[in-house]
Amino acid sequence: MSLPRKKITDTDLEKLIGQLLRYGVLLSSVIVVIGGMAYLWRHGREQPQFHVFKGEPEKMRKAGPLFRAILNGEGRPFIQLGLFVLIATPILRIVFSIFGYLLEKDYLYLAITLTVLAVILWNF
Amino acid sequence: MTILLFTLALFVGALAAGLLGSLTGLGGGVVLIPLLTLVFKVDIHYAIGTSLVSVIATSSGAAAAYVREGITNIRLGMFLELATTIGAVCGAWLSSWLSTSFIAVLFGVILILSAAISFFKLADPVSTGQGSPLSRLLKLNSSYPTPEGEKSYIVKNVIGGFFMMNIAGVISGLLGIGSGALKVIAMDNVMRIPFKVSTTTSNFMIGVTAAASVGVYLSRGYIDPGLSMPVMLGVLLGAFMGSRILTTAKTSSLKILFAMVILVLAVEMMYNGLTHKI
Repeated sequence: MSLPRKKITDTDLEKLIGQLLRYGVLLSSVIVVIGGMAYLWRHGREQPQFHVFKGEPEKMRKAGPLFRAILNGEGRPFIQLGLFVLIATPILRIVFSIFGYLLEKDYLYLAITLTVLAVILWNF
Repeated sequence: MTILLFTLALFVGALAAGLLGSLTGLGGGVVLIPLLTLVFKVDIHYAIGTSLVSVIATSSGAAAAYVREGITNIRLGMFLELATTIGAVCGAWLSSWLSTSFIAVLFGVILILSAAISFFKLADPVSTGQGSPLSRLLKLNSSYPTPEGEKSYIVKNVIGGFFMMNIAGVISGLLGIGSGALKVIAMDNVMRIPFKVSTTTSNFMIGVTAAASVGVYLSRGYIDPGLSMPVMLGVLLGAFMGSRILTTAKTSSLKILFAMVILVLAVEMMYNGLTHKI
């Protein structure tokens, strides 16, 4: 990307946000499809057991164990990685906007977006 | 039934939900949870987690297109996200305190409400005047492209709209849906924003709202990759196909049909909740 000297405007920000959302969803879908194929290859002939709630194991909830499981070639954690990318997409959109408002020197909206980001991250 | 067959059936069901939801404008998310719990007998906690993930996928996918067209009022979205994210977090916490039967009944009520709202007449947008001091301070008054050129509009009743959005956020976090219908009331009937702007802005906010509550669901282990994979991909593909088909607005009979499906599902959800089958 060529570095623009001109002032960042709302339209530039809109274009950037549009691209980010699109590629985020695309990337996560690709990861989910690959993980899904590995999952079906390994577990496709088993019986589904979703009618009782057990809760996911730690490797589906935390980054460290998730990556270790992926390195073992497991499909389910790989799908979960795709879902993490998906969840990160709107959060990253907020981060982009924070930089955008900072460059636009719109401090009211800088404060608003920072608060929204804090509310979201507080729960992870 | 094996996992392979189960996954394929889920994919097809989610594809149909996404396609119909997109064609009728009612959103695919509202039928996902009844589909998962009633048809596929999935536990409601898993169903809510799965739906939340799919909601992020479809809203982000659609928002990408709208934002580039310049219809979405991004400042308004950002401001109202304050209300929806705080609400969503409260809703997600609340969901672990409430019984699954209660959640099922509440879901039925919200389903009926969502279907009914989509048939309401919307208030006319306001295009003249200066706007309230608050709407000017927040730079909410804006314009959007129409076939006749840029059209400007004034945002009314900012505080009332903010409050309504807060409720929409709680419902979204509690039930794992986008609650687009409530958002549209808040923006169209309370804030008097043009329909095209309100629907795209509501859609823009859904991803961030869902991301606020998804952390709670993730840490409780409600998000299962085996379920989310076919559902997310199916809904996404269905919604994408729907957006390609929909060029003219000749969908009123389809909308009535879909609303009837929603009504049946709602009654079934409420019945199962009341008899403690869910």
